[in-house]
Amino acid sequence: MTTTVPETSPAPDRPGWREVLHDIAAGSAIRTVLAVVLSLAIASVFIVFTNEGVQSTLGYFFSRPGDFFQAAGSALGDAYAALFRGAIYNTRADSFASGIKPLTESLRFAGPLIAAGLGIALTFRSGLFNIGGQGQLLMGAIWSAWAAFQLHLPYGIHLIVAMIFGFVGAGLWAGIAGFLKAKTGAHEVIVTIMLNYIAVSLATYLMRTPVLHDMDSGSNPTTRPPDPTAVFPRLLGDGYELRWSFVLCVIAVGVFWWLMERSPLGFRLRMVGLNPDAARAAGVNVSRMTIVAMVLSGLFVGLAGINQSLGRDGNFAPQIDAGIGFDAITVALLGGSRALGVLFAGLLFGALKAAGPTMQLADVPPEILGVIQGLIVLFIAAPPLVRAIFRFLPTPREVTVVGTGRKPALEQKGGE
Amino acid sequence: MKLELRGITKRFGSLVANDGIDLVVEPGQIHALLGENGAGKSTLMNVLFGLYQPDAGEILLDDAPRHFTGPGQAMSAGIGMVHQHFMLIPVFTVAENVMLGHEPSKAGVIDLGEARRRVREISDRFGFDLDPDALVEDLPVGVQQRVEIVKALSREAQVLVLDEPTAVLTPQETDELMSTMRALADAGTSIVFITHKLREVKAVADTITVIRLGKVVGQALPTASTDELASLMVGRDVELTVAKNPPKLGEEAFVVEGLTLFGPGGTRLLDDVSFSIREGEVLAIAGVQGNGQTELTEAIVGLREHALGSVRLYGRELIDASVRDVLGSGVGFVPEDRKVDGLVAEFSVAENLMLDRSDTRPFAKGGVIDLAHRDRFADDAIAEFDIRTPGRTTLVGRLSGGNQQKVVLARELGRELKLLVASQPTRGVDVGSIEFIHERIVEVRDSGVPVLVVSTELDEVIALADRIAVMYRGAIIDIVPADTPREQLGRLMAGVH
Amino acid sequence: MSVAAEPVAVAHASALPPRSWRLPIILAVLAVVTFVVFGLFGTDEEVRFAWSRAADAVSLDPSPASPRVIGLIFGALALLASGFALWSAWNRRKVGVWVMLIVGIAFLVSLVAWVGAGGSVPVVFLLTGAIGLSTAIVFGALAGVIGERAGIVNIAIEGQLLGGAFTSAIVASTTGSYILALLAAMVTGALISMVLAVFSIRYLVDQVIVGVVLIGLVTAITNFFYSAALAPNSGALNNPGTLDRIRIPLLADIPVLGPVLFDQRLTTYLMFVLVPLTWFVLFKTKWGLRVRALGEHPLAADTVGIKVNRWRFWAVTIAGLVAGLGGASLTIGSVGAFVREMSAGQGFIALAAVILGRWNPFYAALAALLFGFASNFRIWAGQAGSALPPDLIAMTPYVVTILAVALVAGRVVGPKAAGKPYLKE
Repeated sequence: MTTTVPETSPAPDRPGWREVLHDIAAGSAIRTVLAVVLSLAIASVFIVFTNEGVQSTLGYFFSRPGDFFQAAGSALGDAYAALFRGAIYNTRADSFASGIKPLTESLRFAGPLIAAGLGIALTFRSGLFNIGGQGQLLMGAIWSAWAAFQLHLPYGIHLIVAMIFGFVGAGLWAGIAGFLKAKTGAHEVIVTIMLNYIAVSLATYLMRTPVLHDMDSGSNPTTRPPDPTAVFPRLLGDGYELRWSFVLCVIAVGVFWWLMERSPLGFRLRMVGLNPDAARAAGVNVSRMTIVAMVLSGLFVGLAGINQSLGRDGNFAPQIDAGIGFDAITVALLGGSRALGVLFAGLLFGALKAAGPTMQLADVPPEILGVIQGLIVLFIAAPPLVRAIFRFLPTPREVTVVGTGRKPALEQKGGE
Repeated sequence: MKLELRGITKRFGSLVANDGIDLVVEPGQIHALLGENGAGKSTLMNVLFGLYQPDAGEILLDDAPRHFTGPGQAMSAGIGMVHQHFMLIPVFTVAENVMLGHEPSKAGVIDLGEARRRVREISDRFGFDLDPDALVEDLPVGVQQRVEIVKALSREAQVLVLDEPTAVLTPQETDELMSTMRALADAGTSIVFITHKLREVKAVADTITVIRLGKVVGQALPTASTDELASLMVGRDVELTVAKNPPKLGEEAFVVEGLTLFGPGGTRLLDDVSFSIREGEVLAIAGVQGNGQTELTEAIVGLREHALGSVRLYGRELIDASVRDVLGSGVGFVPEDRKVDGLVAEFSVAENLMLDRSDTRPFAKGGVIDLAHRDRFADDAIAEFDIRTPGRTTLVGRLSGGNQQKVVLARELGRELKLLVASQPTRGVDVGSIEFIHERIVEVRDSGVPVLVVSTELDEVIALADRIAVMYRGAIIDIVPADTPREQLGRLMAGVH
Repeated sequence: MSVAAEPVAVAHASALPPRSWRLPIILAVLAVVTFVVFGLFGTDEEVRFAWSRAADAVSLDPSPASPRVIGLIFGALALLASGFALWSAWNRRKVGVWVMLIVGIAFLVSLVAWVGAGGSVPVVFLLTGAIGLSTAIVFGALAGVIGERAGIVNIAIEGQLLGGAFTSAIVASTTGSYILALLAAMVTGALISMVLAVFSIRYLVDQVIVGVVLIGLVTAITNFFYSAALAPNSGALNNPGTLDRIRIPLLADIPVLGPVLFDQRLTTYLMFVLVPLTWFVLFKTKWGLRVRALGEHPLAADTVGIKVNRWRFWAVTIAGLVAGLGGASLTIGSVGAFVREMSAGQGFIALAAVILGRWNPFYAALAALLFGFASNFRIWAGQAGSALPPDLIAMTPYVVTILAVALVAGRVVGPKAAGKPYLKE
């Protein structure tokens, strides 16, 4: 039935901070925290039962259960202590300068996650799915790497030129999926995934040829190291790996915010994402927006690729993606596809990634961090589930908006 | 079977769609449920059919209280329903649609022969002449409706609810439906006939219940006068005509010639459509829904690719122009379905008011959206068009249908127009807003702009038109003066000269 | 009285609907390539088609042939067929599936002959390999068909293949029972389906999103256990071996077809059975009718008393059983051990096969077979000494998938309600 009674509930005067505050009050921030807690709890079970010390106590669990809990406790304690030492502050370091290094490492890992997360978020807001972060990142990395050692330019200019190459490579690669979607209707999920595999093959091939490879340095596929003129300088001095590229990733957050919330282009992208029919009727060229959205997304992901290739002094192999392309999807979802959300989600997952090596030293396979990441996003995606587990949370007013900033497209209900 | 509803109340959030409704339908009776769009008729029937759960009240069949948690229970209790939007699966055959949910089968394997036999048996009883193996999507709407009726009868429905069944029918098909209803009632089936069309109620109903704003406001017999029924339905004396001056015709500004459009599979959606509109004139397109009106407006605006023929506005050819160019050349477009094509529900009122001009002056300056201008424009539009909204930042999806439509209208009239194309401008809109919207459209006409109105409501066509073009099967069958008798318009709508 | 529409239509019959040229043109290009590249400019170096393997009971002599002659003959055939397609398009008629099959097969045969010039073409190897490499894709595609017919887009098939592969390897290694391993794989697939179903049906989360997240989660979990348990104890936990080949007496002795169809592993036979079975259930039983109704118009199904969300839940769960089997076919049906991320995109290729196969189990299986053939072709072409570097040949199945989806996808219409949650009130 058509509503004939005007809506009377007061609306906030301006969107923005008040909405954010309301969201926090309605439990979305609390929910995020609880989702993280819940995920850590489940991951703990994984850690406990794969820990060798714990397994040995299971053999005599019923005669001496205390041993089991002690072993489980110490396994978890070790694991989370390692997580803290690897991601925030190394308590075993002899000085503050080296103790704080893990935090800078977390930031270093967060940079590309934030940039790529913004790229994925942009497609979500535009009504598309870009699962091809891996391929786009790889393209950004190898194009910029090529410019970084094949061209020889002065300081500053070289870096900028290499970056432009990276952006072009990643943007074009993402553009393929956008073009195919717009012109043939090929589903972008399938196409972007396939382009990931193709990009890996292509990059591996090129890393065996003189295009990217130093033919005197063995047959393993690697690039040549970049000229020092094309490498991002270190941000905090030689003691830390963190480079200026991180600052670019943070700037990208601002660019993304302005683009989506303030620019006419972002307005049209959001329009297409929320209601493509209305966008078409309002004179927006939806196919063109599809291509534009994918290319823009590729540019943000490309920044992550540039970060990977020019944020180092040495060469790299086809595995340079390091899962960032896929993790970016979870970053975008956790961040609700909003600029600030992606920033914080990227920082969180960057910290988890940075902790990998120390976790490994503590005998916990770092793959557990992927499990945590997946679980967090799964719980975030379904607020009612988290509420069902933690009963005290308030009920929100709206139907679920899953991390994409869009509502689910519901099957049309008849009878008006 | 006797059906009784007692005190049915159904709320959606703050909206009370049904407020303590009582209704008694005697066996073998045709009981008309009369009410305007949005009065709560469909909600009531969805409650009866188990699709919605009532917040209060009870349903009695043959005096025994029943409670339905789903349509399956309602059906097995003997209630059948022909929905306003057909519940048919287009890619299934007639037989498959009829048997869905109670398939004749052996060990799960469908007995197609038995299914066909059932369809033929019922369809022969009423002279429906249905082919059980025809795909539903290939059938005309009138025949699809018969499939719906057969579907209900094949489940031995003793109470048959017909929800706005004539909305998609030609007058001839309507007559046939009414004789079918009479035949069913004579055979003992109780019929609930939901409609907002007074003439049909008077023609076929045994008794009439009128509801307004979710409440029963009166009972009547078909002998009551049309005016009586109409004022009961809308709650005051209705003015079916819009006060307007004779048109001040200017030059022939908008010309459509030989407009032809093909659908997938080569069907002719538009068939050599030609007409012209002068400055200061309203040309209204009449016709039963689905005869090419939607395609006509979409082809004019540029939403349909590969249209053939010519569409000229002040001599400028628009046939291959993009939507953006068409809108840019001064065409205002009120689409048929505002929720699909006209608005972004999750955008605010202010954002929806700049939907088609977000990247041009004055909304965007130097590549940046001018928020101050956006807000000023929104506040002005809200005041000028009397849009009932808590504020400009309220999401448009939360407004009522009438206010949503005013947002669309405010946007389209908010710039200099050379042509206004308004499709179903008052569909699903409350009476107050209808008058307002009609007045606005007449204002546009009086300012010397050519106006094209498309409506399936004959009353609206007659109220607004200076000339009427009638569409049938994608073609304009005739263009007649506004004072043409209804009967003649009705014949034209059925494709008969 | 006269009906007006008719004379109007006759008077202006000049404007006719546009013709659709895309498919005929694609076919024509393929046919011309076949005729010109493999025929006119083909090689005369002899190619021998080896019809049987050394161990076969009935041994056929290899047939020698000139690749150029094959290219000319099949090219001519393809040209004829594509000419017919062009003629159909001119007359605004639909191009039949058989026309595409003729052109496709003519192209593939000529291509194989051309690549094999100067050596022999192991026909049995090419075909068995194609079936072997497409098994998981076929299972995945069947799961996809069932899910999408019921209205749920299951992107997580990739994860179900991986999960099924993982659990079947562990269960077979620890219990030694392949039947238990198959069951474990099916249960894994079904559990993943259930998570997908609960999130998309109950919590209205976008189906593609849940699917992608689930893939990530399954990948992470299998990677974690691989590092934590499987890799350190591969002998005890990741040493399942493979199912035995089952020779069907007599039938297996038929030349060419025998070894290809009747000397296979249990997983392959299950695939042979499941393709027609899925078709039968979907199109001939009442359950199938209801499932298809869910994907087209769930509200209509609801109004005749079908519990939409419950039916969707179980349909996707059953699809999960099938996808899980696909996972088992990767380990105990093929490699004999679990390898990290071994599904390698096959779940997505299966989704492409669903679209190419127009949501029909038979066509989808055929499309999956095409992808399997492409994968196997790259292996054989690599061995046959192709000039292309292996890194580039590795792209073949993925490039084929993109081309196929791009050329065909926009043309076909799937179940209307697929991907949209159903919500009452």
